[in-house]
Amino acid sequence: MEPQPSPWLPSDEPTSAWLRGDGPLSDVVVSSRVRLARNIAGHRFVNRASREERQEILDRCRSSLLHAGLSERIMWIELHESTPLERLMLVERHLISKQHARGKVNKSLGGSPTDEPRAVAVSIPDERLAVMVNEEDHLRIQVVRSGLSLQEAWIEIDQVDDKIESGLDYSYSSRWGYMTACATNLGTGVRMSVMLHLPALKLTGDIEKVKKAAADMCLAVRGFYGEGSEAIGDFYQISNQITLGKSESVLLHELAGEIIPQIVEYERIARRSLLAKRSTFIEDQVHRALGILSHARLLNGEESMQLLSQLRLGVVMGLIKTVDLPLVNHLTLLSQPGHVQKTSGKELDQDQRRLARAALMRARLAKP
Amino acid sequence: MDPRKCQNCQNEATVHEVTVRQGVRVERHLCESCAQEAGIPVHPSAPINDLIGKYILSQTQGGIVAPTTASPASPTPAPAKPHACPGCAMTFAEFKQGGLLGCAECYRAFETQLSGLIERAHGGATQHLGKQPRRMGGGEPSAAREGGLLEERARRQQLLRQQLEEAVRAEQYERAAKIRDEIHRFGDTGRTA
Repeated sequence: MEPQPSPWLPSDEPTSAWLRGDGPLSDVVVSSRVRLARNIAGHRFVNRASREERQEILDRCRSSLLHAGLSERIMWIELHESTPLERLMLVERHLISKQHARGKVNKSLGGSPTDEPRAVAVSIPDERLAVMVNEEDHLRIQVVRSGLSLQEAWIEIDQVDDKIESGLDYSYSSRWGYMTACATNLGTGVRMSVMLHLPALKLTGDIEKVKKAAADMCLAVRGFYGEGSEAIGDFYQISNQITLGKSESVLLHELAGEIIPQIVEYERIARRSLLAKRSTFIEDQVHRALGILSHARLLNGEESMQLLSQLRLGVVMGLIKTVDLPLVNHLTLLSQPGHVQKTSGKELDQDQRRLARAALMRARLAKP
Repeated sequence: MDPRKCQNCQNEATVHEVTVRQGVRVERHLCESCAQEAGIPVHPSAPINDLIGKYILSQTQGGIVAPTTASPASPTPAPAKPHACPGCAMTFAEFKQGGLLGCAECYRAFETQLSGLIERAHGGATQHLGKQPRRMGGGEPSAAREGGLLEERARRQQLLRQQLEEAVRAEQYERAAKIRDEIHRFGDTGRTA
């Protein structure tokens, strides 16, 4: 199988698996993601490896990933060869981390961050599978699915992991499990996370209880773009923090079987109660959001995320019937700065982006 | 000592700390406010650097304490050569600064310094449970040295049984049921190399 040529050109149409808006509990759960941290035996971890060693790791991974039969089509993107806009778009599509886009300065070893040898392999066109090479660990494998589908995502990533391992020896110890650069990932190296849309709990203020309960259960609550990001548009990512001493199946059972369905139920109750007690307020909010998105001439990123969040609520509550969930998801992606520029076909400053973003929303939401 | 009660004030204990120093296991069970007074991080999701920082402070071995402003009059004794990882030459001080290990070997090289940190980051766990690579032996030399698969499985089973007892003691029956299932699963169809 030959790698697809870079530069990477994303499709204008929603093809990413997680944008489909289907899957269990998709009225609250946007997507489920499982990622594995893996390192190759016999190599130093990325932060300690010389540039030459990183290049060697990259070459080994490239050949293994492209010949492991992971997916019908795999695109291999070398980030040190890509443009800043391409990297930004990959972040916006949740295919690489911000850290991976930036590259990492290793002062003691010299070199500039952007030309650190690093890459990502992506299954196309569904973008369900992405493997970052030379991020914090040699390999960061992720599978994303729509709705609450952690079980399916786990089954898939488990198989992918086995296939990759057939071409590479993982660094592993019987005591500590998979060896990782950060001690917080030691053991299974698995991070299971779900992206939740919790506007009603935010509105009632009960979101703080959810956050506290999650912290008590050693779960992390993060924003739309993971580590260090704020919750924009009432989207929250909940994920495990403990990776040692807890097997994947136990973790899966806890998250997908117990904790997440409870939070979903909590959000649903809050939504029903809002609809029962403050129906005019809610109806006004969601229709107002649709109105602004359909007619505004200038929209900044944060505002459009907030409006799209309200629109999503209107759609899943059945208050708005002219728009469907895949369109809302697609607009959420298209409204990100990188995608706005890509759609416009040129680099734009912040003011130009506001104009372009509003035009894009109007065009997509215009009645046929 | 009843681990459910704070050993200082008999309130409900929410912070449990187990440290092993020179082979001696010391347990502390405290309520949130007593734990705070004792300087134990009470937030389970404390960032790793905080954990590292606090852990370092409790260590007193040479070479890893934070540098203090030494008086210029007193001649500084030649520092003992810091213990470095044989795999990648990383020192514990370097790890402390960056928060990342340099290679798999570091875990063994800094085992004494890291074990408390790892336990705290993972809710007290000290032993991996879960998936194993298909090809054992290719990963880490210790896998072969530490014993065969049967021994490994026996150790897992023992650990799971301990967890099961704890869960039953704490009346967490659902969790206990899951652990029991896991014991059966590992006993019957553990993956082999």
